[in-house]
Amino acid sequence: MATTNKNQNSDAWEYSSALDTTKVTIESKSKLFIGGKFVSPKSRSWFATINPATETKLSDVACAGKADVEAAVKAAKTALPKWSRLSGTERAKYLYRVARRIQERAREFAILETMDGGKPIKESRDVDIPLAAQHFFYYAGWADKLAYAFPGSTPAPVGVCAQIIPWNFPLLMAAWKLAPALACGNTCILKPAETTSLTALRLAEVFQEVGLPDGVVNIITGEGDTGRLLAQHNTVNKVAFTGSTEVGKLLMRGTAGTGKKLTLELGGKSANILFADAAMDQAVEGIVAGIYFNQGHVCCAGSRLFVEEPILEEVIYKLKQRLGSLRVGDPLDKNTDLGAINSKSQLKVVEGYIRSGVKEGAQLHQLTTKRLPSKGFWCNPCFFTDVQPSHTIAREEIFGPVLSVMTFRTPEEAISRANNSPYGLAAGVWTDKGAKIFEVAKKLDAGIVWCNTYNKFDASSPFGGFKESGFGREGGMQGLRAYVRLGGV
Amino acid sequence: MRKPIDTVMVEQRATSFTRRSIKTESKQQGLRLALSMIDLTTLEGKDSPEKVRSLCHKAITPWECEIEPPLPSVAAVCVYPSLVQVAKRALEGSGVSVASVATGFPSGQYPLSVRLNDVVEAVKSGADEIDMVINRGAFLSGCMEEVADEIAQVRVACGNSHLKIILETGELETLENVRIASDLAIRAAASTGPINDGEVFIKTSTGKVSPAATMPVTLVMLEAIRDYYEETGVRIGMKPAGGIKTAKQALHYLVMVKETLGDDWLNSNLFRFGASSLTNDVLRQISKQQTGSYAATYDFSEA
Repeated sequence: MATTNKNQNSDAWEYSSALDTTKVTIESKSKLFIGGKFVSPKSRSWFATINPATETKLSDVACAGKADVEAAVKAAKTALPKWSRLSGTERAKYLYRVARRIQERAREFAILETMDGGKPIKESRDVDIPLAAQHFFYYAGWADKLAYAFPGSTPAPVGVCAQIIPWNFPLLMAAWKLAPALACGNTCILKPAETTSLTALRLAEVFQEVGLPDGVVNIITGEGDTGRLLAQHNTVNKVAFTGSTEVGKLLMRGTAGTGKKLTLELGGKSANILFADAAMDQAVEGIVAGIYFNQGHVCCAGSRLFVEEPILEEVIYKLKQRLGSLRVGDPLDKNTDLGAINSKSQLKVVEGYIRSGVKEGAQLHQLTTKRLPSKGFWCNPCFFTDVQPSHTIAREEIFGPVLSVMTFRTPEEAISRANNSPYGLAAGVWTDKGAKIFEVAKKLDAGIVWCNTYNKFDASSPFGGFKESGFGREGGMQGLRAYVRLGGV
Repeated sequence: MRKPIDTVMVEQRATSFTRRSIKTESKQQGLRLALSMIDLTTLEGKDSPEKVRSLCHKAITPWECEIEPPLPSVAAVCVYPSLVQVAKRALEGSGVSVASVATGFPSGQYPLSVRLNDVVEAVKSGADEIDMVINRGAFLSGCMEEVADEIAQVRVACGNSHLKIILETGELETLENVRIASDLAIRAAASTGPINDGEVFIKTSTGKVSPAATMPVTLVMLEAIRDYYEETGVRIGMKPAGGIKTAKQALHYLVMVKETLGDDWLNSNLFRFGASSLTNDVLRQISKQQTGSYAATYDFSEA
């Protein structure tokens, strides 16, 4: 008999490291995907893509030059007539196959996404990859029903689409762009962000596996110049861009008068409005998830929090408590809540904003993580109190794990403070009163308003903003509109 | 004193605890911890003294094996009042407590005098802990003072025995009701005198109503305990009961306690599982970590 009486464990119970150790093969050279084949860049130029959590090189990625852009556009143009005449049912079959294949290779995609971009494996596994697959499933469903989406008119494809995506949700953004475009019969050239090209190229493998006709999707990697060359190309009929407002403005100037269709999904400085009558623990949970999800690299991150004055102290206390339970570290550890900042340059940007917040007189509350890896780009999540609406951190998009907490006294003031921003992407309203939700939500200048929750995404729900957050919607039936020309019956 | 509770975000938070990955050493430690927190329970009409004796043996020595460090005993054996004496004798000197359900368990639909007498008799028979049920009929008809007053009287009747207050959350239905009942139970117990850490627990269920313990319900109760601790410095215990059958579920609950209340609550003085089949699944996992392969269910004794 081997037992003890009344055993009480005196040592604190800590989580052991839980690394996802699945090995993913990464080619040392990541080539361009043009006309259904992986090809070396005619530019002969390559750049390194690194793991932001370790700063080790993962692969050399091709940097597409003018001749490469030309080849990709040509391949898309060549593939267009046949693809666009294919029946919707046939196009749907390909999209369904893509979706299934993403699911089958989900683990590989998740690990690769985490290695290349620094996001926690928990998020790439539970959010990015499943949602990417869902988008292909969803738009596969629309491919043969386009006439029902646009009653009274005949939807036709726009043509060759140039799609430029950001680094925060690499595969998911590729899916958001490609799925509706393909469903509507367009052909595409996708340009991933320079720091996160690998999952898009892996998606190209999926296109090969499912036998997608050559040239229907072309993926060209590169830096800002590659994107510019692509957007400016005369053969391109449509430019879709997700990224910074700065680049969005350049694209708008560049495409003006060319007849190219344009949709922009840009920055944000989204506001959460927290009323005193809200379910407090759940609101704090939503606010924390709203700003620290994906290290705050989220265009709709709830980066401004407006709290009704009487509950400010309570909210700050609860935010501190919750902040203290977040785990920053190796993104491949399944227990990590915040991974690495995507790049050194982005880390500098975020750190610059944190310094400006302190300098302008706001009070910083930051998590102190004892052992951060010696290499890699890390930023402990934080929030600021005593923030004035005029502070830089309250006005500009930080794109990092930084929250600005401010107050309001009346609903009117909350609404006007929330709307006092050049952006208009998302907002959150937290109150226990149903009537107040509708009253406030309809007065907010935001493309998306979440009520008593935040960051809920679904392929069937349109996403997009107002003002300097861009125009056009992605997702849902509305997401089809950017990829069709409407003719008479 | 109504506190709004939003189900959607409670569920989201509760789910997030199940996403923690508990491996290797932390799994070993967590499994032993879970084992030491179990209230091994039998509450059936057909319970017999022999059944209770074998349960008590299981409680003291969950698994006859050579294992280092030795496995802990479970926290308590939980029986009906008529079997308290049997359990008391069988557990003599073992350090395992005897818990008895009382107050007209599970419905509580008896005159107060009968319910109080039930408690007094169980304590007299040797129960170290009393698991009472609240008057849900009174609660749902809004007679909060009646519910509170009864809880206070039961606590007095308990004397030195610890008290676990069963809310029967499956009958309260909404999370807001769970929160109101948690606050009410804690305050009613406190109204009769100071509470030492672990002297009073709130408990989800009798196990006779479905749904029994769920993670969202437990989270709301843990938040009530946390808020009371922040206000008064008094640590109330928590016992989810019913429906926790696997070691994996138990680890999820431990993660939830750790991240909501902190390490202070991670011991059997402040956290219990009301369960019976959980024990063998925990043992199966422990043996798996020792031997590398899963034992068959019949390799472990039934209670």
